[in-house]
Amino acid sequence: MLVIPCPYCGPRPELEFSYGGQAHVARPTAASNPSPADWNAFQYERANIKGLHAERWRHIHGCARFFNVIRDTTTDEIVRSYRSGEK
Amino acid sequence: MAEPAKRQPPSVAPLAGLRVLAPLARYALRVDLAVAAAAAAAAAAAGAGAGIMPLATAVCRASQLRDWHALWLGPDEQLLLGPAAAGAAFAAAVGNALQGVPHSLVDVSHRQGALEVSGPAAATLLNAACPLDLGLAATPVGFCSRTVFGKAEIVLWRRAEHAFQLEVWRSFLPYVHGLLTLAAAE
Ligand SMILES: [Zn+2]
Repeated sequence: MLVIPCPYCGPRPELEFSYGGQAHVARPTAASNPSPADWNAFQYERANIKGLHAERWRHIHGCARFFNVIRDTTTDEIVRSYRSGEK
Repeated sequence: MAEPAKRQPPSVAPLAGLRVLAPLARYALRVDLAVAAAAAAAAAAAGAGAGIMPLATAVCRASQLRDWHALWLGPDEQLLLGPAAAGAAFAAAVGNALQGVPHSLVDVSHRQGALEVSGPAAATLLNAACPLDLGLAATPVGFCSRTVFGKAEIVLWRRAEHAFQLEVWRSFLPYVHGLLTLAAAE
């Protein structure tokens, strides 16, 4: 089981979390007049990185917060975690 | 054709350290903690509703004010527990103290029930289905958090080294109670 460091609660067992997909996928703004291709990229295109991956997790059976995690997809090592809106 | 044998529930002795607690008054409070603390302090300074509102400011810790306990569940979420009979008056007082502060205070007294697990093996027993590190270093006395117990979500509150209170939603109570009883039989 992964031990995931929640930036609010500290290290907790993976069972308390749910996965939220790749982090930092920005929704196109109306001002940018997004094309169907832009929407397609927002909805479906993901990096599928081998190595350090920024992803969202939610501490759903805990503080219920969403936050971000940098995880190595080859080793499952979690490098760090940080709150939404931080870098 | 022979009838298939009916599955009998395993017979296990009732567990000494497992007890269903009496009803409590419970409130789910959602509020910006810093703003609420300031409002409570201001109310106390003005002499109005002085010291009526328990607020847990430390992460995953409970705090107590007279009969009432505040359990930190999230950065803007507290579970307030107190005597069943005092609920309405308490809610009115807290509502008063938080006047002008955006918040939500919801009576969830009947949403869940409480179990007490106590005795020297309490932590070991809970770890049968709860993945938290229940060593005193990670979860000292006063620790509280939402977590999981088997397939149920619970709030776990360590009230003493060997005594835990579990807040369990009503429909999960028989499941959690049964799983604890089974685990104790092993
Ligand atoms: Zn958390």
